[in-house]
Order: sequence, then C-alpha cells, then structure tokens
Amino acid sequence: MASATLFIQFRTSKRKGSMQTILSIAIDALAFGMVLFIICIGLSLTMGLMRVVNLAHGAFAMIAGYIASYAARDLGLGYAAGIFLAIIGTIVISVPLERFLYRRIYGSPELTQVLMTIGLTFCVIGITNYFFGPTLKTIPLPQALSQPVDVGFRTIAAHRLFVIACGAVVAGGLWYLIERTDFGIKLRATVDNAAMSDALGVRTQVVYAISFAIAIGLAALGGVVGAEFLPIEPYYALRYMVTFLVVVSVGGAGSIPGALIACLVLGLVDTTGRYLMPEFGNFFFYAAVILIVCLFPRGFLGRAQ
Amino acid sequence: MSALFQVENLSKSFGGLAVSRDISLSMPAGERLALIGPNGAGKTTFVNLVTGQLKPSAGRVLLNGQDITQLGAVRRVRKGLVRTFQVTRLFSDLTPEEHVTLAVLQREGKATRILSRFHGNSHVADEVNGILATLGLHEVARRKVGQIAYGQQRLLEIAIALALKPKVLLLDEPAAGVPSADTPRIEQALERLPPSLAVLMIEHDMDLVFRFAKRVVVLAAGEIIFEGLPSEVAADPRVREAYLGNYANARSIA
Amino acid sequence: MHIIAHEGTVAARPKARSRWWRDAAGIALIAACGAAGFWLFPDNLALLTRIVAVALLVLSIDLIVGYCGVATLGQAALFGAGAYAAGIACVNGVTEPMTLIAIGAAAGAVAGLLMGAIMLRAHGLAQLVLSIAIVQLFHEAANKASAYTGGSDGLAGLMVSPLFGLFEFDLWGRTAYLMGLALLLLVFIALKFVVASPFGMLCRGIKQDPIRIRAMGAFVFPVLLKMFVISGAVAGMGGALAAISTQVVGLDSVSFELSANALVMLVLGGLGTLYGALVGTVIFMGFEHVVSAFNPFHWMTMVGALLIAVVLAAPGGLSSLMEKVSASKGRSS
Repeated sequence: MASATLFIQFRTSKRKGSMQTILSIAIDALAFGMVLFIICIGLSLTMGLMRVVNLAHGAFAMIAGYIASYAARDLGLGYAAGIFLAIIGTIVISVPLERFLYRRIYGSPELTQVLMTIGLTFCVIGITNYFFGPTLKTIPLPQALSQPVDVGFRTIAAHRLFVIACGAVVAGGLWYLIERTDFGIKLRATVDNAAMSDALGVRTQVVYAISFAIAIGLAALGGVVGAEFLPIEPYYALRYMVTFLVVVSVGGAGSIPGALIACLVLGLVDTTGRYLMPEFGNFFFYAAVILIVCLFPRGFLGRAQ
Repeated sequence: MSALFQVENLSKSFGGLAVSRDISLSMPAGERLALIGPNGAGKTTFVNLVTGQLKPSAGRVLLNGQDITQLGAVRRVRKGLVRTFQVTRLFSDLTPEEHVTLAVLQREGKATRILSRFHGNSHVADEVNGILATLGLHEVARRKVGQIAYGQQRLLEIAIALALKPKVLLLDEPAAGVPSADTPRIEQALERLPPSLAVLMIEHDMDLVFRFAKRVVVLAAGEIIFEGLPSEVAADPRVREAYLGNYANARSIA
Repeated sequence: MHIIAHEGTVAARPKARSRWWRDAAGIALIAACGAAGFWLFPDNLALLTRIVAVALLVLSIDLIVGYCGVATLGQAALFGAGAYAAGIACVNGVTEPMTLIAIGAAAGAVAGLLMGAIMLRAHGLAQLVLSIAIVQLFHEAANKASAYTGGSDGLAGLMVSPLFGLFEFDLWGRTAYLMGLALLLLVFIALKFVVASPFGMLCRGIKQDPIRIRAMGAFVFPVLLKMFVISGAVAGMGGALAAISTQVVGLDSVSFELSANALVMLVLGGLGTLYGALVGTVIFMGFEHVVSAFNPFHWMTMVGALLIAVVLAAPGGLSSLMEKVSASKGRSS
C-alpha cells in the first residue's frame, strides 16, 4: 500500500482546480480499489468457503509477479503472454501446496492457520529471492496501455482503465460462475453445509480444490496487473499480507459484493488520505479499519454464523 | 411453602415464530421437578431464557421474590441460579479437582486473585475433596478430564454446580449419553443433592424422571400442557397426544 | 469410598512441594544460562540484551495467546509503547534506568488496557485483524508524531545515568545485559506466580470454554482485560530495556513484523508454558543472528519450513518435543 504514493506523486499540481483533483483521486482510487479487489476476492473465497485464513495469499500474487516479469521482460514474450504464464504457473505451483499443506489445516483454529501460512510466506519469499535475486521486478507494459487515453473532457492513463475493466470482468465472471453455473450451485451448497453436500454426492474435496485454484489464479492476475500499484519486490508477500487480510475481513469473508465495497471504500480512504495528507501515511486506512471492524465484526456483508 | 423460584408468563419468539408461549412455573425450596417434552418442545429455549442466555420477549423470572429478568447470565449464577449442560462443557486438560476448586474459589470471590496460590488453600481443598467424595469422583480427582469416563464427566458437571452452592439447580439432561450401566451412579448422585435445593431436571429417560421427580411438567410446542404428579402423566390425554400423535390410543408411553 | 478420599487429601502436599522444587530449578537454570552467555560471548552482549528484551515481549504474548487463547498479531504495539515512553522520558531528563523501566511498564500497561478494550469487543478473525490494525495505527502515529518520536529517523541520543548511581552503561553493554537478565528473572518469577494463581487458572479456563466460565458465575471480559494490562506491562518493560540498552528507539519496535516474529518464536518454543517462550526466543534469535548474516533469504526459508513443520507435526512447540524426548528416555532407563 506504500506504493500508492507512486502514482499520486506525478499529479502534484493542486493548482489545477478542485474538479480535476477530485476526478484524479476518484480514478486512482477506483483503479487501486479494483487491484485490491482482484487479489482479495480470491482470499475472500478461500476464507469464506474453506474457512482458511490464508496469509500466504499475497505470496501467490508475488510468485505470479516474478513469473510475469521473467516472461515479459527477460524472455521478451510480451505482457499478455506474461499474464497467461503467470496465472498458469502459479496455479501449477499451488496444487501440491493445497493437496499436502492446506488440506491439513481445514477446520483448524485460526492461530494454526495463521502460523502455517506465515511459514509458507516466509518460504516463498526465501525461495523466490534465491532463484530470482533480491531486486525490484518490473513488468513492462505494452504500448497501448502505457499511453494516456482521451475520454473527451480529459485524459486518463490507459493502464488505469485496463485495471478497472479487469476488475469489472472478474466481478461479473465470478457472479456468473457462482449464481448461474452448475459448479456455482455445488459451491454454494458446500459453503452452506459441507457435510450435507458431501452426503448428497457433491465431491467437496474437488470443490475445495477447484475453488482454491480459482482463488490462486485471481491472486496471480491481480498481482500482475496491479504491479503498477503494488510493485513486485522481495518482501511483497509480507508487505501486503496485512492489507489483503484486512480488506477481506472488512468486506466479510466469502461475499463478492462485500469485498467489492470494502475494496472501493478502503481504496478511496487510502488514496484520498495520501493525496490530501500524505504525512499521515496509512493512519486513516487503519483508523477506518478499526472503526469498521468494531461496528461490523463480520465485515460489511459477512455471513452470520 | 413460598416460592423460591418463579417464572411468570415467559414468552419468546424469533421473528413471528413463538418458541415459548406464556410459560409459568413456581418452585419452593426442596422441589424436585422434572421438565419433559418431545423433541422440539422448547426445553432448551426455556433453559436459555431462565439462565439468561436469551432475552425473553415477555414475562418475568423471579428468584427469592426478586425480579432477575434483566440480569445477565453471570449475575444470575451469582444469585444462586446454576445450570449444568446437556453436552458436557469441561476443560479437557484440567483435573476434576481443579474444576471444582475453581468453582469454589469463584463462589468465594477469590477466583480473580493474582496474589494467592491456586492450590494453596487448605479449607478450600477440604471442601473440594468433600464434594468430589460425595459424587464418587475422588479416585479420578487428579486425572485430566479428557481421560476420565463420560459418566464421570457428567458427575463432574454436577459437582461444579454444587460447588457454587446454588439455591436453584437446572439439570439439563444429566444422564444424556451415559452408558446405561453408569446411570445408577448418576441417580445416586441426584438422590444425594442437598434437600433444601430446588431442582429442575430436564430429562428424556422416563425411569429416571419417575424415580427422581415429585412433580412433572410437560412442555409441547412451547407451551405447558400438563403439570402434576408423575403417576398422572401417562394417563393424561394431551400428553399422549403430544408424544404419540395419532397413535395415542394404540400404545402407552411408558 | 470416604477412606480413599482422605488418601487423596494427604497426597496433595508432596506434589505441591515437588512443583515448587521444579520451578526453583528452572529459574536457577535460566540464571545459569544467562551467566554462561555473559562469559562465553563477551563481544555479543548487545545481541544477548536484545534477546532478553524480545524474550519479555514473547512472554507477554504467551500470557495472552498461550494462557487466554486470544490470538494477537499486534503485541509490538505494547512493546513499542514502553520503548517510546522510556525514550521520551529519557530525552526529557528522566535518566535513572529503573525509573525508565517502570515508565515503560506503565506505558505498556496503559497501551494494553486500550488494546484489550478494543480487541475484546470482537472474536476470531475480526479480533486478529483488530490487533493488526492497532499495531499499524501505533506505527503510523509514532511516525507522524516525529517531534516527540523522531519519526522514521528514530529517537536517538538517550543518555541513561548509571544504574543505582554506581554502574555506568559501558560500551560493551555489560551493565545493560546484567540489568536485563535480572529483570527477566524477576519478571519470570512474578509470572510463575501469576499463572499459578486462581486468576491464572481462570484464564486457562476461559481459553478452553468461556461459556463454562460464565456458567460458573465469573465474568470473562474483566479477567481478560486484566491479563492484557499485565501483558502490556511486561511487553513495555521489554521495550524500555531495548531503548535503554541501544540508546535508540526506532519505528521497527512498533511494527507488525516484530509482532509476527515474536509470535513465531513463541509457537516454536511452545504455547502456554513460560519456558517455551524463553526457549523459542533464544533459539530463533540465535539462529537468526548466524544464518541471517550469511543470507537473509535462507533464513526466511528456514524459519518458514520450521514453522510449517512445528504447526503440522509438533503443535506443542520445541519445548514439548524436548519434554516428550526426556519423558521417553526416563521411561526406558
């Protein structure tokens, strides 16, 4: 979240007039909120469905960032190929981890889950940096995304629009998957009552595994397209671990609209706070979190138990 | 005898669904009352209302003539209204001795002390040993609760309750889940409860109910449908209807 | 039946005595290890003092997580409160070291009261998130209030006067280490009494089943809040010790990373035993010092793997593993 300053700094001119300022903040806040959403919605699924507090979620976004950077920059395969390879590669890495580590902590107390996934995060940071070196990894944007787009009354960076579009597609796609498909029915049934679904012939282990893969794939996508906001660096997984967890619990684990609201609200609070009072850092972000969690202990749209 | 414990017109509804309707009860000191009823009759809701886990929609709960309806669960216990749990709620890595000691210290207002030792007080230890001996738990007093038999865990539930020196004791299915070979020990423990204590027992085991209770109340669909002597229960047509439905005339309930 | 009951009563005394002896031996062992560190690593006393300060933090987490079952990832807020309070007092002319420790303890206790009052409103995940948000908020506040805290540059230039007016805080850190060790022993003994008190037993009960505790007629919230205050005082002393010994207070003393690391140390050592907290801290920080100097990323991989292994295979931590080994040896001999 520290990096939110990066994209604000170049709009320093407060002289431009307040309309322009408000619009700038709004676009940046929306884009940043969407990045948070793409990454966090996967975590929200994992926590809502499998009841696993997966602090290593950001570690998967980081792995994706490293793969994308390697493919797009070092191998010169391009941005689209980078995104594709990153998603596939990260999911492939996550499958054995789900099978051999995560399955053993389904249903464990929160503390156990927190500790195991912190351990996993440490391992991911250590191993990735051993292989790729401890430097900042950039993912070069294609020409089309790196130039401003004229939207009539002003120009907006194309990458911002791309990110916002990605967020909208992810939200719509997930909604369709969960509300309108056969898999969605099984998923919702398993969320409601895993034992009953099992008895009714839903293969809950498979549902878990597929959902986990989807969650990781989304983390990967968010990690790559959000690299402009949350740069890929050696301690990425640790630096944003807290941010992602906080966003999900504010939204309510397992709720897509809840996560969307949380991401937009917190994105707005953070971006506005940094724009208007940069010397306060994350102060307003966490003050807002404490307030929201105290008022809504299950998050905005969390399920009652 | 004047009423030690009274429930007046207690009602509870969730949304539009009434789960307790206008329940009134009165218990003098020394009462042995059994509350029975088919599954879903609202027995657990009743216990939760009386102990303060749930807030009633209407009605009052009185202890010693004092209205305790607005008091929280903890304050009701301190006033002398104590319950046991249908499914044992014990600390698996503590011993029975430690459980009862904690309860005794709590009753004496010493449980939050930092500057004294948990095991150090001999008069507390004597009382604890006395309670454990009465219930036949002295042999396992030093074993972790996770390692003792389920019947003994049920007895420990009663021991903890007694350590709080209650005036009114709510026993929520004291024999539930106990192998039938061990029920005589539970029964024996119930017989030895202090005579002045008012006991309300919820139980499915009819043999136990008939031997223990002096009075029986039958709850069905959230309402009291019968109140009287144990010997009269089986003959009451409404009870037969509640338990047996359409087969009421074909078979007897005992 | 009654005869056996009396035998039970008689058996109580010897057991209590053996427990007392075991504690005395444990404390002597800690003192001996501390003294051995002093003689064996005279060039690393700064590190050893840091270990002692962090051990106090880990002990304070054990009180909350291990004894009360409240998961927290924000304990460094209390450590940092103690460190900054002592640091600010020192810069403003209060230089007597024991007074500074007391100030740290008081500040930690107040911060603990505040943190407990907020965290105990929630349960489970929300509680964990609140703990994180609180430490982050403290962090940002310390950063913002740079006029008092030095902000991101840290609060430097703490000039502490000699201990009891006699022992200068020397360049090698001997005074600081011995003072820290003595403090740790005193705190450890005090906490042994706390966890062996009725209050300590009540906390263990709450950890397992708060509903049962309420049905016994005990309030849960004030008990947990009290433990937060005690825990805050212990963490605050750790922070003050760190401030005095390094003469600097940095923003890292009130960070999520320190909170998470300290929790990891506790879990490696073993939850719910005071010894586990010490064992975990010493092993973690000792290895960190050696491996991290060599390659920090190898260190992370190693800790991560060890943590996964402990969580999945030995939930009682390393100290329970040692106990099991010694128990099985005792049985075979």
